[in-house]
Amino acid sequence: MAQKTIAEINEKIKKGEAVVVTAEEMVEIVKNEGAKKAAQKVDVVTTGTFGPMCSSGAFLNFGHTNPPMKFFEVYLNEVVAYGGLAACDVYIGATQPSEDRGIEYGGAHVIEDLIAGKPIRLAAYNKWPTDCYPGTEIEAFITKDTINEAYLYNPRNAYQNYAAATNSSNRTLKTYMGILLPNFGNVTYSTAAQLSPLLKDPEYRTIGIGTRIFLGGTVGYIVWQGTQHNPTRKRDENGVPVGPAGTLALIGNLKEMSTRYIRAATYTGYGCSLFVGVGIPIPVLDEDVAHKAGLSDSELKTIILDYAVPSNSRPIIKEVTYAELRSGEVEINGKKVKTAPLTSYARSREIAEQLKSWIKEGRFNLTEPVAPLPKDSVFRPFTPYREGAE
Amino acid sequence: MKKKVVLTFPPKTVTKPITYHLVKDYNLVINIIYAKIEQGETGVLVAEIRGKKEEFNKAVEFLSKQGIRVQFLAQDIILDQERCMECGLCTGVCPTSALYLDSDWHIQFDKEKCILCENCIQTCPTRSIALRI
Repeated sequence: MAQKTIAEINEKIKKGEAVVVTAEEMVEIVKNEGAKKAAQKVDVVTTGTFGPMCSSGAFLNFGHTNPPMKFFEVYLNEVVAYGGLAACDVYIGATQPSEDRGIEYGGAHVIEDLIAGKPIRLAAYNKWPTDCYPGTEIEAFITKDTINEAYLYNPRNAYQNYAAATNSSNRTLKTYMGILLPNFGNVTYSTAAQLSPLLKDPEYRTIGIGTRIFLGGTVGYIVWQGTQHNPTRKRDENGVPVGPAGTLALIGNLKEMSTRYIRAATYTGYGCSLFVGVGIPIPVLDEDVAHKAGLSDSELKTIILDYAVPSNSRPIIKEVTYAELRSGEVEINGKKVKTAPLTSYARSREIAEQLKSWIKEGRFNLTEPVAPLPKDSVFRPFTPYREGAE
Repeated sequence: MKKKVVLTFPPKTVTKPITYHLVKDYNLVINIIYAKIEQGETGVLVAEIRGKKEEFNKAVEFLSKQGIRVQFLAQDIILDQERCMECGLCTGVCPTSALYLDSDWHIQFDKEKCILCENCIQTCPTRSIALRI
């Protein structure tokens, strides 16, 4: 079996000799030439996804005011940010609705406006003035260029194989999976399917903690497994989990990002979310990596869940392939049901292409993971502590 | 004259041959764009209607007497291409597939097929779709 190392691939990138293809192109190569040949021919496969990822947000440092002040109660364009950190550090979460416009403008919109370079109204208050921080109030406008650090730190992104959604009830449901029409009126799905990062390295052989990635139009990193990381979900013959499994925590410099790849969203009746553009390179180390990076939509499967049941374990309606979902309709109970994506496939493809050109131009080289992502952790529902219980 | 109209039929009228009367009694030319008519349910018919103004107006009067709601499509749905990030979520709630993803996964809008149901407006996560009067 042909074996390559990341160091060898980086050497090729440096010389401008690396063969880099997108995950979509890899599907074709593996189909036509087989995984063995593909492993010899291709050095890097680039993935991409651009979908709503609620568990996202940004750390901001405003610089010290004069007199210094502890920013305890903080609003950015009337959106509450968390200030329970050192003096002028705050965290703004994507799903926080604004005090004045509710879910039509929230934390995600503040993040998008910051990236766009728009002035943001900051209001901060301190009910506990101290010798260190006597200041009690500040109201001013800031932009990303007037503040110190601004970096996205997203606790859960790039879900590995999110489940599709439908609605068996007789009323319309307004969900984070979009508007679900009654009586199985539609099915929505949230993934870039055969372009999606964790579907193309399903067992985390190359993607790990410390991996350098494309994030929001600039370079970012994987800092940890994401929250609710669930690697032990049932997997198919290719080692791909059938349903939501692994997740990633990501970091990157907000100041260098682009609103083309970070966008605010509002789901009517649900709330705000943030579209995050993520692209992860997969070094083709051997035939196994090539085979998995080349899996097509007809080989990748997910489950459709019934959102009519408001439970933390919603019933599974059926298992489907992404080829079926992406065809525009699936069959449920003998009836054809329209499908629609939440993730922009066009822009996911654009991200994979963008990352490919960075690598080809020698502007982006690959990293060895600093540590692997956990493969045996268990995802649990809310479990209150009971003395004496396990 | 030529007008695009939405006719909403109360359940009791869906069994009546309404379009027949429009053609036969009022000499109208009807091009049906979309129709969803099932027994016992509220029906919707979207059509482009051509005919003489006088007869057209009489036909509207006839329809109203039958309890059928007549709306003229003087409005347009507009898609802000700059704001839209082409997720495609709107395509799943569009009953006539006026909004659809093409083979390259770019969003397309076929205005002719739009029946102004406005489902897409509240669905669009970037609020890129609006009603223009």
